[in-house]
Amino acid sequence: MSQAVKDAAVVDGPVVDVANLHTHFHTDEGVVKAVDGVSFRIEQGHTLGIVGESGSGKSVTSLSIMQLLASSAKIETGTISLLGKDLVGLPEPQMRGIRGKDVSMIFQEPMTSLNPVFTVGAQVMEAIILHQEVSKAEARERTIALFKEVGIPEPEQRVDSYPHQMSGGQKQRVMIAMALSCNPKLLIADEPTTALDVTIQKQILDMLRKLRDERGMAILFITHDLGVIAEIADEVLVMFRGEMVEQGPVLDIFENPKHPYTKGLLACRPRLDTPYRLLPTVSDFMDIKVVESPQGQRIEVIEKELDAARLNQLKTQGRGRLLHPKSQLAEIGHPWEEANHLPDATAVEEGTKPLLSVRDLKVHFPVRRGLLARVVDHVKAVDGVSFDVYPGQTLGLVGESGCGKTTCGRAILRLVEPTSGKVTFDGKDVRALGRTDLREIRSQMQIIFQDPYGSLNPRMTIESAITEPMVIQGIGSGKKDRRDRAAALLEEVDLSSAFLRRYPHEFSGGQRQRICIARSIAVEPEFIICDESVSALDVSVQAQVLNLLKRLQEQRGLTYIFISHDLSVVKFMADMMAVMNQGKIVEFGPSEAIYEHPREDYTRRLISATPNDDLEHIRKLVAQRKQLRTG
Amino acid sequence: MTSYLLRRTAIGLLTLLLITFLIYGLIRAMPGTPLTGDMANLDPSKQLSEEALERRRVQYGLDKPWYQAYFVWLGNTLSGDLGKSIPQNDKPVATLIAERAPATLLLSVTSLILTYLLSIPLGLWSSTHSDSVAERTTSTLLYMLYSLPSFVAALYLQLLFYVKLDWLPLYGMHSDGYEQFTAAEYAWDLLKHSILPVICFTYGSLAYYSRFIRANMQEVVRQDFIRTAKAKGVPPGRVVWHHAFRNTLIPLVTLMGLTLPGLLSGAVILEQIFVWPGMGRLYFEAIGQRDYETIMGLTLMFSVLTLLGQLLADVLYAVVDPRVTYH
Repeated sequence: MSQAVKDAAVVDGPVVDVANLHTHFHTDEGVVKAVDGVSFRIEQGHTLGIVGESGSGKSVTSLSIMQLLASSAKIETGTISLLGKDLVGLPEPQMRGIRGKDVSMIFQEPMTSLNPVFTVGAQVMEAIILHQEVSKAEARERTIALFKEVGIPEPEQRVDSYPHQMSGGQKQRVMIAMALSCNPKLLIADEPTTALDVTIQKQILDMLRKLRDERGMAILFITHDLGVIAEIADEVLVMFRGEMVEQGPVLDIFENPKHPYTKGLLACRPRLDTPYRLLPTVSDFMDIKVVESPQGQRIEVIEKELDAARLNQLKTQGRGRLLHPKSQLAEIGHPWEEANHLPDATAVEEGTKPLLSVRDLKVHFPVRRGLLARVVDHVKAVDGVSFDVYPGQTLGLVGESGCGKTTCGRAILRLVEPTSGKVTFDGKDVRALGRTDLREIRSQMQIIFQDPYGSLNPRMTIESAITEPMVIQGIGSGKKDRRDRAAALLEEVDLSSAFLRRYPHEFSGGQRQRICIARSIAVEPEFIICDESVSALDVSVQAQVLNLLKRLQEQRGLTYIFISHDLSVVKFMADMMAVMNQGKIVEFGPSEAIYEHPREDYTRRLISATPNDDLEHIRKLVAQRKQLRTG
Repeated sequence: MTSYLLRRTAIGLLTLLLITFLIYGLIRAMPGTPLTGDMANLDPSKQLSEEALERRRVQYGLDKPWYQAYFVWLGNTLSGDLGKSIPQNDKPVATLIAERAPATLLLSVTSLILTYLLSIPLGLWSSTHSDSVAERTTSTLLYMLYSLPSFVAALYLQLLFYVKLDWLPLYGMHSDGYEQFTAAEYAWDLLKHSILPVICFTYGSLAYYSRFIRANMQEVVRQDFIRTAKAKGVPPGRVVWHHAFRNTLIPLVTLMGLTLPGLLSGAVILEQIFVWPGMGRLYFEAIGQRDYETIMGLTLMFSVLTLLGQLLADVLYAVVDPRVTYH
């Protein structure tokens, strides 16, 4: 146990006590009540998880504690008491002495949260020197010790690394080391694992748990994902549109949720053992009504029941798994006899030609060195990948960041030129196509990217965004016809056709992703690659978009390649699954079979890293914690 | 890094060859020669005979086609001889440049130092006070200055400080009879003569640089790592100077490399207005006189400086941004 841990004195009463907090933004359009009456307290060594979707006020709550709000925001009423001291209205110089010392914070984006021009060691040392009377050499020693504690390999060397020389997970460890450097009483973690792979997420969560128990810190953990909450929190606070709608011990929330929003959030997560064909969404549990009152507009929640009929509908709606032809299943070692117990699985008829066939696909990026920039090595992003995708089928590509799944998807569309291998689409050799033929075939092969913010041109109206590919592909008989088509497409993705004349910035992430989907089906493709298309979305929005993709597949007979790092999402979407690691497919077969009987260690690791919100698992964690605190 | 530098130098030399070849072709395509230019100003009775003219043409190699003459020039240059200026009575080009360079450097270096000394604090100040009335006034003023052509400003300054107030000399670098001045008198005289040209040289780039720094700072302070710094309790001054400005240096050094050729090229119009014996005027006069050798000497120098400046910018870029390495 380090010196810092021994110093952790016992605190009387809660570490932080927030009472009736109201934080409002004063904008040109009026007052936005970002946080509207939130109260909670966290005891030493405990974790409070705040869960809610984007814009629910969870981050503003944490920034209110840190007093790092934007200049347009103001804490109207309420108290924030940290170790018995009220932080609201505390003069800035005093607050600076508290930030980073008594309360510290880690953020969602480890990639951008560290200053790129300083070494990671220097950035941690800065925090130590700011708050403690120590020499530079001493601060460096402590930094190395912290790096060791948060599990950074070779800490003596890594202190002198720059952020760009580290992976996302390592950068988040540096952020945690920085946050721990002055032994804070309260650690605020704002979506600390959202940008990371599930395997890294699990490591970070395990580490935060361990550090909390050793140091007796209080943690305020903010996330949109209840699965993550299950892994770490003692208490849960659910926020919806600035208000707290439910609060209670973690097991109570999962076992017996009271508020319809909580029920919706719990139900809409694709779980590895989910029997659903379509996911329940929050709107299955509640309706929202805007009520005009003397105090302005107010939101009223009307509870609904997810009755047996609807549940049954969700389970049976949509087609079952569409597996490879029986002969091919036997060939890849998943005979039909083993796979056919899956709910409503059907096999593609023998002799059906695959829509897409990939053989020994390689994408190698050259590494150049020396005076004449000779190629000295290759980064083998995709290294000999082969698979077939049949019409109407969904193939899931799953793996960690850098495994080559995105490059593979792009190489199929020739957005990246493959180094070697063969890609056959609809009987045509894609790599042999000239420019005109390639453009033509791209109308049949579309891609939807991860970032709905970056994929829409901010200066183009939604109408021009959706009609542009039609113009390029010569679809529609004139401006008016194309506009009508665009309007129909918007309605097909559950948006209003009145949105046509608006610009992307007026829409939320989920809405933008729907617009991107509308744009990609505008050219009536047969095949769509979804590259991490729901990874940037809140869990509640993710469910809606996944359902939409499934519905479109059924209505339009689409074929998908669904790329994601999240095994539970891939398993929900995909008929067949390919697990990728280091540019190669390590396991290939029916999704259910891979989940139930993983053959490779790598696949097993992916499965066990997926957050587990199983009640038994939560009970076990709660019991462990109780034992730790009493013993 | 070494192999990168070698590669860049090799590409730079090729570029130089191409530039000088093209420029040589262009100036030889202009009507007139150094000999005819001179003749027009001469007393008709002293005009050279056709034979004498032909003799001189052969003497200076002007009888050869331009592409052959280029290689003669290139050969001489490679052996360290920039040639002689025909209209300047065969004065070596190197001497001409050496005579004029100090005057230009005096203006440009002073102006560069002033620009950096003033624009960095100004840019930082305006980025941290972006909502205040004082900042908005200053920014508007700087923007107006930026749009005001320097030759217009030069004329107004001359009108004010010479005609109206009679505080400063109108033009030139020295007063008459400066050869008899003591060192202190000489310095004072030079200072008085430089004030107006330095102001005209500086205010435009001052406006540009401070706006550039302000824009970049505003971009940087929105980054997540600035929030991280605040969250660990870093005081605001240190956030701006240590965390934000260090990142703004990255685009700033690129800009710095590009100013290198400007240090010696002078400013043709300003030097003309202030009758300043600098490089800009030399270039201008040389073109008017079809002074091939001087034009080529100056072109070569500016090209070398431009290429060096870009190389310097790239090297500095790697120094201030640890993410950049060259192989």
